[in-house]
Amino acid sequence: MAIAIKAENLSKAYQLGEFSTGTLSRDIERAWYKLRGKEDPFLKIGETNDRTTKGASDIVWSLKDVNFEIQQGDAVGIVGRNGAGKSTLLKVLSRVTSPTTGSVKLKGRIASLLEVGTGFHPELTGRENIFLNGAILGMRKHEIKRKFDEIVDFAGVERYIDTPVKRYSSGMYVRLAFAVAAFLEPEILVVDEVLAVGDAEFQKKCLGRMQDVSVNDGRTVLFVSHNMGAVANLCNKAIFLRNGTMHSMGATSKIIEEYISFGKQNTGEISESDIEYTRSCESAYFNTIRIISKNEITGNIDSKDEIKIELDYTVTRENALVYPSIHILDNMGTCILASFTGPSATTTVDKYFGKPLKKGRYKSTMVVPANFLNDKTYRISAFLVPENSQDLAIAQDVLMFSVTDTGDMRKEFTGEWIGLIRPKLEWNTQFLNA
Amino acid sequence: MENDLAYNTKHGAPAGKETDSKNNGSAVTEQWDSEIKPNTNLFNLHIKEVWQYRDLLMLLVRRDFVSFYKQTIFGPLWFFIQPIFTTVIFTFVFARMAGIGTDGVPAPLFYLTGTIAWNYFAECLTKTSTVFKDNASIFGKVYFPRLIMPLSIVLSNLVKFSVQFLLFVGMLLWFMIIKGKPVHPNEFVLLFPIIILLMALQGLGWGLIITALTNKYRDLAFLVTFGIQLAMYATPIIYPLSTITDPFYKKILTLNPLTGLIETFRYGFLNKGQFYSFAFAYSVIVSLVVLLLGIFIFNKVEKNFVDTV
Repeated sequence: MAIAIKAENLSKAYQLGEFSTGTLSRDIERAWYKLRGKEDPFLKIGETNDRTTKGASDIVWSLKDVNFEIQQGDAVGIVGRNGAGKSTLLKVLSRVTSPTTGSVKLKGRIASLLEVGTGFHPELTGRENIFLNGAILGMRKHEIKRKFDEIVDFAGVERYIDTPVKRYSSGMYVRLAFAVAAFLEPEILVVDEVLAVGDAEFQKKCLGRMQDVSVNDGRTVLFVSHNMGAVANLCNKAIFLRNGTMHSMGATSKIIEEYISFGKQNTGEISESDIEYTRSCESAYFNTIRIISKNEITGNIDSKDEIKIELDYTVTRENALVYPSIHILDNMGTCILASFTGPSATTTVDKYFGKPLKKGRYKSTMVVPANFLNDKTYRISAFLVPENSQDLAIAQDVLMFSVTDTGDMRKEFTGEWIGLIRPKLEWNTQFLNA
Repeated sequence: MENDLAYNTKHGAPAGKETDSKNNGSAVTEQWDSEIKPNTNLFNLHIKEVWQYRDLLMLLVRRDFVSFYKQTIFGPLWFFIQPIFTTVIFTFVFARMAGIGTDGVPAPLFYLTGTIAWNYFAECLTKTSTVFKDNASIFGKVYFPRLIMPLSIVLSNLVKFSVQFLLFVGMLLWFMIIKGKPVHPNEFVLLFPIIILLMALQGLGWGLIITALTNKYRDLAFLVTFGIQLAMYATPIIYPLSTITDPFYKKILTLNPLTGLIETFRYGFLNKGQFYSFAFAYSVIVSLVVLLLGIFIFNKVEKNFVDTV
């Protein structure tokens, strides 16, 4: 297959700070440098886009030397943290802004959807807005006319089509706006997170439509989203951007995995000196608390993998009775489960349960089954409870980890999956009578 | 599985399979439809692209027209009301109170001519001068030839002008036939389409220059709002050029690139005043220069204005 998009050394610099009275004098200075054929003194080379550190110059490279080729008919997801350059890349590709250096070569008509309903005029009717918006997105009038009925049908707003859109409910507005975009027929479609709108049913419809575009019509789709489930479902390839540079590109599943496990702050491990106790205990203390998935210490977990939470603690009093316990909390601090080594809470028998412990180090591991937690961030609190339960050690909110749905459970549904947990359960349907 | 490849990372490590070299080989001979680059030719008008988007242009004009009178009682009548009131006030203040001559033209007719012509130019200019600011949200989200927006402003104003021009024609016929005043069109009326075009181009040109500069330096925006009002007095709108006797002031007025256009417009329809060939030729040249300059600056700014607006 042919290459549809080819980016070569694509870079984009932005100026930080405010434009003010200094701007004119600096512009004159820059013009003077250029006139003499010298390098622009304000475009200092080598500053990367890391928003957490303050750089020396006012210029930041939002994209730096990005190179890639995209094949015709591919659906490519662009992933990365906030500020990684995803939106800048889309803006450059959709020609909203021009690159500072480098180039992108394109084959075929390109249309971008950085937002739905661009140019909608509140006073105009649905019908008038379909035409206006379609034309802004690059459609010819006769094209829109041809697809008009389909668009109205897709949006499901037939009854309101001659009403000014300012009287629409926000849901209707968004549906109409997406519907226009959905019937664009460019060879290359660039889509930002516009799917984050509308109800679940409509989201699914949109995603289905986009899949149609890439799989059935053989068009190239570029898609930016924070919803890994949607990316995994829609895209066969992905680009991982990091601080404005391209970290990697490849098959979606591989890239998503890389992205999830990359450089988030929740490292999945905390050791003695960093543990803060809400209450401490005389007979035992923690050495380390770890979260392990796929035999690695990590705070970023794929929902389809098992999670091991490991408490490594030292018992300081001879023959003490100590019960380790773990709470898993959601992001709001609500405890969604509490567990300990006792037989009423375990599926296996813990041989140290209820026994007086000798002085020394112990390790207790709790296993959370795969496909049990939802696509969310969780926190854990760890406890060491001696026989006198007044004297317990509490390490509240000691670790954080996030579970990400990489798409395995999102074959049927792409909206936000509510619920604090999401175990796979047994279901069966029986036919009763006709 | 060709789908698995065709990408190079920054480190030049293609993570694909064996067909990689084949892809690279074909890439050399690829024909690209378009290329996104930092710089393009600044005098490129993107005429071909603008033509591709002609439907958008028309829809934008329609939008401006329709949204203008939506939810109003008088609707398109508002296009008449503004020049009528202006004419009445001008007649009262300048002709009756100040006693400024009108070259023998009935005062309402004289002021109406000036008002509609001036309003056309002024609105082309003021609206174009905020085109980046007003459309920042659209420009920031989708690409179409940026020139479409200012062009739609000029066309919308042309629609408005045409409606007001009908009012003018009506009034002219009334004064000619019913009142029997000695006003009538002469052969210079043939220059009318050119005058309208030149005024549009000049309004567009100045507007483009201002919008491109205000994008970074907001100061100019303040200048436009009162500057355009003052500029009217420096143009023979409320007085004919013939009433200026001082040769110095007359020279200054002739340096106003609109003077030649307004005077010719009036002379062609009313056969009063005269055709100042130098002023007219000067206006033509200035209009074209301003337009070219405007497009040059606009093209320079439009590519990155989203980052600074």
